[in-house]
Amino acid sequence: MSDQVPAAKKPLRVGLFATCLVDLIRPRIGFAAAKLLKDAGCTVEVPQQTCCGQPAFNSGDRKTARELAAQVIEAFEGYDYVVLPSGSCAGQVSLHYPELFDGNAAWSPRAKALAAKTFELTVFLSDILKVTPRARFEGSVTYHDSCSGLRELGIAAQPRKLLANVEGLDLIEMKDPHVCCGFGGTFCVKYPDVSNKIVGKKTENIAASGAETLLAGDLGCLMNMAGKLSREGRDVKVRHVAEVLADMGDAPAIGEPER
Amino acid sequence: MSGRDAIFATIRKSLRVTGDDSLRRESVAARLEKHPRGIVPARGQKPEAERTELFRQMVENAKASIVILDSKDDVPAAVAAYLRSKNLPQSIRHGDDERLSLIPWAKERTLEVTKGASDGAQLASVSYSFAGVAESGTLVMLSGADNPTTLNFLPDHHLVVVDERDIAGDYETIWDRLRERLGAKAMPRVVNWITGPSRSGDIEQTHLLGAHGPRSLHVLVVRNS
Amino acid sequence: MSQPVNSPHFNANARKALDDAFLQKALARSEKGFIERRKAAVEKLPEYDALRDSARDLKDHILAHLDLYLEAYEKNVIASGGHVHWAANADEANEIILSICKRLDAKKVAKGKSMISEETGLNAYLEENGIRPIETDLGEYIIQLRGETPSHLIAPALHVTKEQIEADFRRAHVDLPPERNLDEPTSLLAEARAMLREKFLAADVGITGANFLIAETGSSVIVTNEGNGDLSQTLAKAHIVISSIEKVVPTREDAGTFLRLLARTASGLDLSVYTTFSTGARREGDPDGPLEYHVVLLDNGRSNMLGGKFQEMLRCIRCGACMNHCPVFHAVGGHAYGWVYPGPMGAVLTPSLVGVEKGGQLPNASTFCGRCEEVCPVRIPLPKLMRNWREREFERHLQPAAARYGLGVWAAFAKRPAVYRAATSLAMKMLRLFGGKGRLRRLPLASGWTEYRDFPAPEGETFQSLWKKRGAAR
Repeated sequence: MSDQVPAAKKPLRVGLFATCLVDLIRPRIGFAAAKLLKDAGCTVEVPQQTCCGQPAFNSGDRKTARELAAQVIEAFEGYDYVVLPSGSCAGQVSLHYPELFDGNAAWSPRAKALAAKTFELTVFLSDILKVTPRARFEGSVTYHDSCSGLRELGIAAQPRKLLANVEGLDLIEMKDPHVCCGFGGTFCVKYPDVSNKIVGKKTENIAASGAETLLAGDLGCLMNMAGKLSREGRDVKVRHVAEVLADMGDAPAIGEPER
Repeated sequence: MSGRDAIFATIRKSLRVTGDDSLRRESVAARLEKHPRGIVPARGQKPEAERTELFRQMVENAKASIVILDSKDDVPAAVAAYLRSKNLPQSIRHGDDERLSLIPWAKERTLEVTKGASDGAQLASVSYSFAGVAESGTLVMLSGADNPTTLNFLPDHHLVVVDERDIAGDYETIWDRLRERLGAKAMPRVVNWITGPSRSGDIEQTHLLGAHGPRSLHVLVVRNS
Repeated sequence: MSQPVNSPHFNANARKALDDAFLQKALARSEKGFIERRKAAVEKLPEYDALRDSARDLKDHILAHLDLYLEAYEKNVIASGGHVHWAANADEANEIILSICKRLDAKKVAKGKSMISEETGLNAYLEENGIRPIETDLGEYIIQLRGETPSHLIAPALHVTKEQIEADFRRAHVDLPPERNLDEPTSLLAEARAMLREKFLAADVGITGANFLIAETGSSVIVTNEGNGDLSQTLAKAHIVISSIEKVVPTREDAGTFLRLLARTASGLDLSVYTTFSTGARREGDPDGPLEYHVVLLDNGRSNMLGGKFQEMLRCIRCGACMNHCPVFHAVGGHAYGWVYPGPMGAVLTPSLVGVEKGGQLPNASTFCGRCEEVCPVRIPLPKLMRNWREREFERHLQPAAARYGLGVWAAFAKRPAVYRAATSLAMKMLRLFGGKGRLRRLPLASGWTEYRDFPAPEGETFQSLWKKRGAAR
């Protein structure tokens, strides 16, 4: 993957792939991502988009996964970069799209080209643009490392480095931040009892950290943990890391009513 | 078709190969013939004095005890002292190893020395090790009348003598020495690598010594004279 | 005869496991120790990752030449006075072992730990034929008393608490005085040691597994910390090794590569206490050792895995690290997987050996968190292999209709962006109406979620429609 910012004076054209969960459930993460990219000098565009195909891919439906991948490639291949506020969907594009089109003469080069310029948001800000957004957030937070981002893309230092620059923010590490929250895409509805046991351990660790707010980089995991924290009656606010970095940390948290 | 033929047929069908592909045969024959070394940890690659020191540390890490003696003549007193420290009778059993016969056991008048394999009735045995491996604090024992295998496992306390010059840095050196002694492909009936006393973690993952084999392992290194 | 398969009932097994207070206590206790011990051992060896790469490459080389290494191995076993028996399936393996025992008029068998013998259901088969097998690994002995199967590759009695063990010993060891204190693990160990010592000395035949088979010398290798495998094989009239075919390695040096990884990854030791290389039977002049040495080589479906999508699974050296780091295993333990092999490696291997119709639940019961692959000493891409099984299931329409239908509906929308935008805009607005408090406590069609968690209500409008609306303001 290239980590060179093109030398052109023209601002970088970034295609923002909000991901389907952000599109449907929590648009403000998309706006937060867009703000961070714009503040860093990029031109942000949101082409028509649906789903990256990961649920189909992980359910064994390669054909649908390939169709959706082709749709994403067509929609996004014209941009300088593609950025996603999700490690898991970014991993799908940058690791699994090339795999899906392996041996396909027409699509393989296109899949590889897209993969090479696709980045998860905090990686893009920290490692590619090398910017540190300015933001303020009063309070203590703890950060959960979502599995795909951590193990497929090696994301761990980048969000922490960016959070360290947020004024007023105090990062407290929970026990086992790198252990799965039990979401696992369709896993959590196919194996609800097991998933519940796993997320229960996670929320215990979150609560034990004493942090007021839980942050992570993937909305699926966030909804899982927020839903459990709320059901357990625990008073921990849950947000996507982009919201805090974009100085949008004062909106209602995930699962909170609009004010 | 016999079980053997059926298994080979399926393997070859799955791999899409035949048994008489000369390239594959050569590749296998070469590996067996040359037995190339893999990655050997730097940890054990040290001059002799440091190697002995590493061996001592690793033996202790493995929860065995170790003494370093200046001469073979010091072995009887060290064995007697160990038995006394464990509140054991002054009695040992060992095999036919000439090196053990050359130890002046008579210097310890109360020490009873018997020879042969173990039938489970002995509390303490003494073996002479073929080699030590510094990398992991491992003793390499060869089966046979010299050092019967039962002496490694049945007595409650196992005492093992090893010459400092026989302590190698790694396992690979030991295999080469064995090839030199017995021939390219030959092995004794059993080679036992022993790293510490017997233990088990099977009850609630609590690690306890003395599961089925010896409860304690005591190593006596004899310095080069 | 082979071990019955209970894997299709993973969900029910899991629920039972989650409700089992003893099991949950046992699982919580063991989780941290395995992880920390492995980490400490690995950190002390700078060459660890390089060893993993070379072990992976070596296994791939072996598997590509498996027929030839097995030929060489067989030749060298025979040359060193041993016997090799080939078993295409579980029944054949059991029959071979029984016939050896019968010829020797054996009544009692001392058994070292062997997962392959679990695969063939050997103990039950021997018992039906009048031969008494005694498991000698402490953990295996405990579960044999309990009439259970191992719940973990290297810690078979992981799921049992010491109070349960005390009760089992008091029930089975009829001569045990009631006043004998068995409160502590040390006293339980002493009791087991005394009891099993008699069994070792009385055994006619010793059966062990093999961690590796060395083609160069015709040797079998076992590793134990207890020494039970050594006592089983040394004191009996005959030593029978039961092993699967993919355990063969070329040379003693190559065995070293795997041995340097195995104990560190499994239990955090640099090396297991006893690593034993056995080659043939008692030699002339030997004062001890078995008079006969037999190796039973089991295929049981492995040869079909070669050259295909699951070949990488045959690299496995049975260290247990994947399950030690698996959130699903931590939640439900090993028995929920319903056959011999639990955890991520079991989720890939079980359908390979018993068929995807029976084993297909297992590769689905994973969050794909990837920690198993991260710690695998031979770098098996376990999530990828589980996904391969899901693909096989999908192709053969083996998944539950509801899941397939739900995914199909989603895909139909996702493939038509314009329809998707219209439909989702409407749906999110409706969901918002029900989730005025910011969260939904019940959601039709998603009870698996809302049984345990609230569902955060959507903001109401989709990002794409808001982005379009606010376009002018940008």
